[in-house]
Amino acid sequence: MTNTIRDITEQSRAIFVIGSNTTEQHPVIGIKVRRAKRRRGAKLIVADPRRIDLAEIADLYLRQRPGTDIALLNGIMHVILREGWHDADFIARRTEGFEELTATVARYTPEVAAEITGVPAADIEAAARLLAENRPAALLYAMGITQHKVGVANVLACANLQMLLGNLGVPGGGVNPLRGQNNVQGACDMGGLPNVYPGYQPVTSPEARAKFEAAWGVPLSDRVGLTVTEMFDAAERGRVRCLYIVGENPMTSDPDLRHVQHALEQTEFVVLQELFFSETAAYADVILPAASFAEKEGTVTNTERRVQRVRKAVEPPGEARADSWIITELAQRLIALGAATPDPAAPWSAWPHRPAEAIMAEINALTPSYAGITYRRLEAGEPLHWPVPNESHPGTPILHRERFTRGLGRFVAVDYVPPAELPDEQYPLIMTTGRVLYHWHGGEMSRRAQGLLAVYPEALVEVSPTDAQRLGIGDGDPVRLVSRRGAIEAKAWVTDRVNRGLVFATFHFPEQAANWLTSGEHLDPTAKIPALKVTAVRLERAGDGNR
Amino acid sequence: MAGLTIGFLRRACETERTEHEVSPMPTLTINGQRVVAPEGATILEAARAAGIAIPTLCHHPDLSNVGACRMCVVTVEKARGLQTACTTPVAEGMVVHTHSADAVATRRFVLEMLLSDHPNACMTCEVNGACELQDLVYEYGVAWPQHKGSRHTYPVDPDPNPFIVIDRNKCILCGRCVRACAEIQNRDIWSFAFRGFETKLVAGADQPLLEAGCESCGQCVAYCPTGALFDRMSVGKGRIGQVTRVRTVCSYCGVGCQIDLHVRRDGGRGRIVRVTGAADAPVNGLALCVKGRYGYDYVHSPERLTRPLVRAKWLDPDELAQRVGDNRWSVIGDADKRRSPVTGHDSPISPDTFIAVDWDTALDVVARKLAAEKAAHGGDSFAMLASAKCTNEENFLFAKFARQLMTTNNIDHCARL
Ligand code: SF4
Ligand code: SF4
Ligand code: SF4
Ligand code: FES
Repeated sequence: MTNTIRDITEQSRAIFVIGSNTTEQHPVIGIKVRRAKRRRGAKLIVADPRRIDLAEIADLYLRQRPGTDIALLNGIMHVILREGWHDADFIARRTEGFEELTATVARYTPEVAAEITGVPAADIEAAARLLAENRPAALLYAMGITQHKVGVANVLACANLQMLLGNLGVPGGGVNPLRGQNNVQGACDMGGLPNVYPGYQPVTSPEARAKFEAAWGVPLSDRVGLTVTEMFDAAERGRVRCLYIVGENPMTSDPDLRHVQHALEQTEFVVLQELFFSETAAYADVILPAASFAEKEGTVTNTERRVQRVRKAVEPPGEARADSWIITELAQRLIALGAATPDPAAPWSAWPHRPAEAIMAEINALTPSYAGITYRRLEAGEPLHWPVPNESHPGTPILHRERFTRGLGRFVAVDYVPPAELPDEQYPLIMTTGRVLYHWHGGEMSRRAQGLLAVYPEALVEVSPTDAQRLGIGDGDPVRLVSRRGAIEAKAWVTDRVNRGLVFATFHFPEQAANWLTSGEHLDPTAKIPALKVTAVRLERAGDGNR
Repeated sequence: MAGLTIGFLRRACETERTEHEVSPMPTLTINGQRVVAPEGATILEAARAAGIAIPTLCHHPDLSNVGACRMCVVTVEKARGLQTACTTPVAEGMVVHTHSADAVATRRFVLEMLLSDHPNACMTCEVNGACELQDLVYEYGVAWPQHKGSRHTYPVDPDPNPFIVIDRNKCILCGRCVRACAEIQNRDIWSFAFRGFETKLVAGADQPLLEAGCESCGQCVAYCPTGALFDRMSVGKGRIGQVTRVRTVCSYCGVGCQIDLHVRRDGGRGRIVRVTGAADAPVNGLALCVKGRYGYDYVHSPERLTRPLVRAKWLDPDELAQRVGDNRWSVIGDADKRRSPVTGHDSPISPDTFIAVDWDTALDVVARKLAAEKAAHGGDSFAMLASAKCTNEENFLFAKFARQLMTTNNIDHCARL
């Protein structure tokens, strides 16, 4: 997020939620959005193919067809420019590429955008007016924007809109991705990505590489590594032979589970470090029992870049051990076996068992944005949003205040392209995926929480009343969803949350996970995010047997 | 009688505000102490900021003030009758006495009325020691009334909700749950039905919570000053003096709510018995969602993995036979790559059988295999998935492990999924 949760929910005059089911996925932000609307009268615009809960209280609800966000955003920008509602001063001082944007959005008249998105032209006009009249507006988005073949282009379109309105670098504004898991932000920050070292220092940059080679005392690879989806492809082809998976369950959370399953079967050696015998565990060669969040010390970074302390409350069960202990033991053994020979003279070459605070010292030394984040400051209760370049820096709650990271903010005009997988005669519906309030991700934790399971014991597929009637499906009936890749069976929830032609499914329950149907083939070319939000499917009554 | 009492008192003590001059930072006198407060502040806020205590029940700093309970009454010179400090704004030159004889007598009367319709159940009550009513009764030395009047007998725990236990017998009709739901959660599940003595807290149209559209966030429980609403998962698991609190961060979503884990530590590894938000939690305050507040029991699930498991084919056959023989390793099950292992299965060991081994063995198997594969096929034949559920420090080590020791950038996690 460019801004903090507090300034969005307390200072924005409008909130534009697109591709985020906030009240179910980020519930405490969701309740603050509701509060901003109800208590403060902030205007709320919700754009989502599903009539999510927030849509019920929105000043304006836009129901775009899945995968048409760019056309919608370009249409709104078209109206803003046509009416001269853009922030000319901000654009002149802080941005470049405005002409390119103008040329592109000129083509997206409300009528053209309406044709593509299914949102009435009048609503597109109304959205533009609401945003023009209520500044600053905060834009919130989540996987509904990113999990598309055009995920990066979608994000650019969001940024274009906010720059056009002058809504960046100010309290109550910003482009605010809501990050999913509790430390997905931190895992990225710490270099758990194939192209960057900690703090987003590129592995392809000779300076960055030299810095880490000097710190760690070894030569490092200059090749960008594989992303999750590419790893499974490589494993299937025998190019990746050893897979080491920590606290993830690709056998529910990754697209095209049959493919993942096949890849795991092909892999020579799979190590899994987990709390539970997950669906993925059945494919592991070695399973290492790990400690849960309540059993260890450390820090995590939330969606607003705030670093916070995690503290040990109970002992792990049996012989389960903290992940840091396990990886350190393995590292010591690899060095002893001569698999790597770090130069002992390098300052951070060795792998002693260290408390979390001492690991943070290494992070401080090597990660400029975390340089000033120390346990001493965290324990003293300082609110630290990275970047915190040194120990006396107060942190950066709002990004891009005076300038953008690259100097001028660049408008990158983007065009609508249809989703990769479109419905056809055999697979006439579009399935979109997501989560529900009572469950979490692959469900490894939430299915083992008794109360959560009691309220939401099995997967439900949302089906529109029109489609249900056409197919003779009643509420609660068992249905089968079939895509080009697989089939699942679950109960139908007949609801107008989804429009005719759209169904919604989750991946919280392994057997009924939507990911048996999704595709890992259609990736965003830059971010390699799979197009999970649009899959062509066929819906049948279960038991009809015409598979 | 609580409902009637409150209504009656409110009418009896109906206030007439004296006109005071408006100034941006009015100065007033509370118990003889000069206090400067921002305009618009209530007497209660001004007093608390100055370290002067005024008791309250229906007030909570996160919620709007309704002036329902009259615990906070104070004497304001030149004003007729007692004033509720939680709703009366400060004014220039005000002279306030927080513990005048009248105020104290009224508070005692309020408490007596509340007790007259309250079960004498502190012995077994979940919130014993953490109950605002109990604390005030203690402070004002109110004795349990010799009971004469009518008393409610509501069914205890009438709602099958898996997270929230309701005991209306302990409800003092302060309305904090109603406002917490409306103002924090921004749902409107709770309300008061009927009037006078019949006044009753109801969900929706007197429905079970879930049917009324409740989102199971537990905000109402968090703001209840008594044991009328309580967290079901924590019933009988330990009261305030029996637990220690550990401040940490919720393990579910990226909002980063801070939570207090209430831990019972009598022997064993310790057990989380309750989760609460915290007034000073920067993102969330006392608020949490259903997963953060009630989704913690996976930590103690009997399904947790407790020993390293290695498939038999990676173990030395002689050592395997010997260790299984002397019970240091155990046969977990003969799982092929498609099936979960069957615990305690007694069949002969196949190459794919999971064996529970000691840590040294498991770590040696992994390290030797990774070293051999790196030597034979290069670092890029290794790939690692780090975890969005692990800490920063752990993820830093995972990335360092892959890059420094396995010489590959094949590291990712499920950020995209
Ligand atoms: S649990 Fe939450 S939604 Fe349900 S009644 Fe209480 S405050 Fe309202
Ligand atoms: S349930 Fe608790 S918070 Fe609600 S009115 Fe009764 S005593 Fe007050
Ligand atoms: S309590 Fe709910 S909203 Fe807060 S971090 Fe946990 S899952 Fe997210
Ligand atoms: S606390 Fe002021 S009336 Fe209840």
